[in-house]
Amino acid sequence: MERIKKDWKKNKILYLMVLPVVIYFLVFCYAPMAGIVLAFQRYSIKGGIFGSKWVGLQNFIDFFNSYYFFRLLKNTFLLSFYDLIICFPAAIVFALLLNELTSEKLKKFVQSVSYIPNLISMVVVCGLIIDFFSSTGAVTNVIKMLGGPNGNLLGMPQYFRSIFIGTNLWQYLGSNSIIIIAAISEIDQELYEAADIDGVGRFRKIIHITLPSISSTILVLLILRLGFLFSVNFEKIILLYSPSTYSVSDVISTFTYRKGLLQFEYGYSTAVGLFNSVLNFIVLLIANKLSKIYAGTGLF
Amino acid sequence: MRKQKKSFFNRIFDVFNVFLMLLISFICLSPIVHVIFASVSDPKRLSLHKGIILKPLGFTTVGYSLIFSNSVILLSYLNTIFYLVSGLIISMTLTILGGYVLSRRNLLWGNVIMFFITFTMFFSGGLIPFYIVVTKLGLYNSRWAVILPSAVSVFNLIIMRTSFQEIPENIEESALIEGAGHLTILTRIMVPLSKATIAVIALFYAVSIWNSWFNASIFLKDRNKYPLQLVLKEILVMNDTSQVVTSSSDTTALNTDIYKPLVKYCTIVVSLLPVLCFYPFSQKYFIKGVMIGAIKG
Repeated sequence: MERIKKDWKKNKILYLMVLPVVIYFLVFCYAPMAGIVLAFQRYSIKGGIFGSKWVGLQNFIDFFNSYYFFRLLKNTFLLSFYDLIICFPAAIVFALLLNELTSEKLKKFVQSVSYIPNLISMVVVCGLIIDFFSSTGAVTNVIKMLGGPNGNLLGMPQYFRSIFIGTNLWQYLGSNSIIIIAAISEIDQELYEAADIDGVGRFRKIIHITLPSISSTILVLLILRLGFLFSVNFEKIILLYSPSTYSVSDVISTFTYRKGLLQFEYGYSTAVGLFNSVLNFIVLLIANKLSKIYAGTGLF
Repeated sequence: MRKQKKSFFNRIFDVFNVFLMLLISFICLSPIVHVIFASVSDPKRLSLHKGIILKPLGFTTVGYSLIFSNSVILLSYLNTIFYLVSGLIISMTLTILGGYVLSRRNLLWGNVIMFFITFTMFFSGGLIPFYIVVTKLGLYNSRWAVILPSAVSVFNLIIMRTSFQEIPENIEESALIEGAGHLTILTRIMVPLSKATIAVIALFYAVSIWNSWFNASIFLKDRNKYPLQLVLKEILVMNDTSQVVTSSSDTTALNTDIYKPLVKYCTIVVSLLPVLCFYPFSQKYFIKGVMIGAIKG
């Protein structure tokens, strides 16, 4: 008690300075967390959050028993998993190859350019994807010339995942590789010089020096990425999907959006959203634990 | 460093690697190049063209004159600038205040507040409770709904805090002894010493405000409050240019369909231009920012 008083006296100004920030998080992050009670109610506009009827776990039971449950879980997982096994290694290979460039100028240029797609707004990226993969789009034409399929590719369920992951690769290759490039640049150059004296070849240097030196960075990145295995790029999917591809493109977060904001089933939608939040949180906790065990550091 | 004689195989690899890297750069840039060239192309030739456009097909500025004489696009552009300026002021003030206070070491509740803030990165109430809270605050259809709900990024706050932590303690102590208050220390010492980091964070915020559309799409009803990205969404994603093409000049009345793609490409260029023009001068800050964030996060 004494300490609290003393601290308050001494640091009053500091607490006043941080107050607006705390209020911001209370209002826009913690108040919605309190709103989770909706998940256990049948929301009515008249009753509001405090006057609606309690239904216990009914919303969750409805969701688990619904036809959508497995489909949403599967779609969410697969989009995220394919992204992980394609985009993650691609970023490592890109960083390694970039490092092998002998011209520093070219290296800088390629790295800067590869980051540009990350700056383009999601709306424009998706607008371009819709345009390029439409039946008369630039990419569709190229694919057709190479003997591939024809038509509005984005509207076909069998191509949705490929387009989603492929364009993710384009969007995020540069930003995903930044940390790996930084880790490579911090490797002690003497290691390479010693290897040169011994006449070690280039590829053996990559395998025996570069990769082991950045392996801990890669491990941490990988584990963190695993922590987000059930969260996918919600904005991108909303902009790209259509009823014709729901069977592969509809994920938990987009379902929440449709049920809640378009069909006004607040209670049910909140329950589905809460399921997703809890799932994400548990996976993240496991990933963090793994990271602490195997990499020695964690997120928290 | 690597001056050894290079084997034949090595040279082949070098050539291949340079080629691959240039190809990747080309792939990253080509959609943008395509859009820029398409935006000035002759609409008739544009509609017949197949594949990526790598040189302008003819030259016309009709598309640009269409969108610049269009009140919907101009208004949304001004709205975005308004959201950018006011959002930046609010976001930067909150981030600098929070970063400063939380970087102080002798604060009893410092760690508690820090946990309170970082926790929100990993758990959220979900979309619907968020929507209800913002609506209950009376922010529905208000410009504040675009600016306030995402004003502080925890990631940026952590970067700011780290930067303040790196400033030697004794600078602050001597200022305190001389009777300076925290506000003076912050504005006179801390902020000038962390200019580079502040620039990075301002850039991050600016790009994210410029590109954001989702909150606006769920909270705004009046079209005259729409930011540019939301109008772009109608044009690009819902493929609805009616608001743009019909309400503008008479040339379009002749043949609206043919101008549709042109309007599309021109709006994209107009929305990208500020970011792309700014990028070459600021790219080293972006990359630096991601790295500081990665080390801390």
